[in-house]
Amino acid sequence: MSDEHKVLLTIPMYPDMELAAAKTGSALAELKDFNEEAVEEIQLAIIETCINASEHSQSDDKEVHIQFLVTDDKLQVKISDRGVGITADTLDGTRLLGTPTLHADLRKRGRGLQIIRALMDEVVIESSPNGTTVSFTKKKTPS
Amino acid sequence: MNKFDIQVRESKEHAIIETAGYLNDALGEKLSEKAQELIQNGYTLLVINLEQTTLINSIGISILIEIIEALDEREGTLNFCGLSATQERTFRMMAIAKYAGIFPDEESAIANL
Repeated sequence: MSDEHKVLLTIPMYPDMELAAAKTGSALAELKDFNEEAVEEIQLAIIETCINASEHSQSDDKEVHIQFLVTDDKLQVKISDRGVGITADTLDGTRLLGTPTLHADLRKRGRGLQIIRALMDEVVIESSPNGTTVSFTKKKTPS
Repeated sequence: MNKFDIQVRESKEHAIIETAGYLNDALGEKLSEKAQELIQNGYTLLVINLEQTTLINSIGISILIEIIEALDEREGTLNFCGLSATQERTFRMMAIAKYAGIFPDEESAIANL
């Protein structure tokens, strides 16, 4: 049976509080000997998800709830807010495109979800008018 | 250099901006101010050294894109160096690598301006 650790964390939507969540994620990944690159990818995915929650959820409680579950071979992170939910066009990246740039492919904003999807092995987004939960998994690669 | 800091080194032809810490909106704004100042002073060849920059969020990246655009308008060149593997991957994913150079160290970033 694998050694499993679960951590629950609630952070307020204050500037840079996403770093507290990222630090917790990296500590758990390091505990299980994830490689340096994977640890940085986990931190970035956590940061982007927490920033999205802070910027777009419009939640009354102004809190982000994070559940970490780490086993010998993977880290699962579930990040929730109690906001207004996100729309389908946000999920597929057609909203939040930001100010037009000189080059169409250089989009200034709205890349958080794209980064998370690229860096994590599995990403699930559940959203309703009562809030949003982004769950992602990073598998440990043999070193 | 402090944990959250920016240092600028200027030569005749180019300038190097070195950042340290978490490149978010706060540090990004400072970086943007320094870059705009250099561009206003006539520098069109810039290197941004991110070796001491532990994490870059998407807001920080959007500020880097603004610097690329400002230099683009003056037909300048921006090269990055000192990126981690994840940072480089993110820059390539976000098309930054199409409009700015990515080099392993400052020496090669300067040589390719």
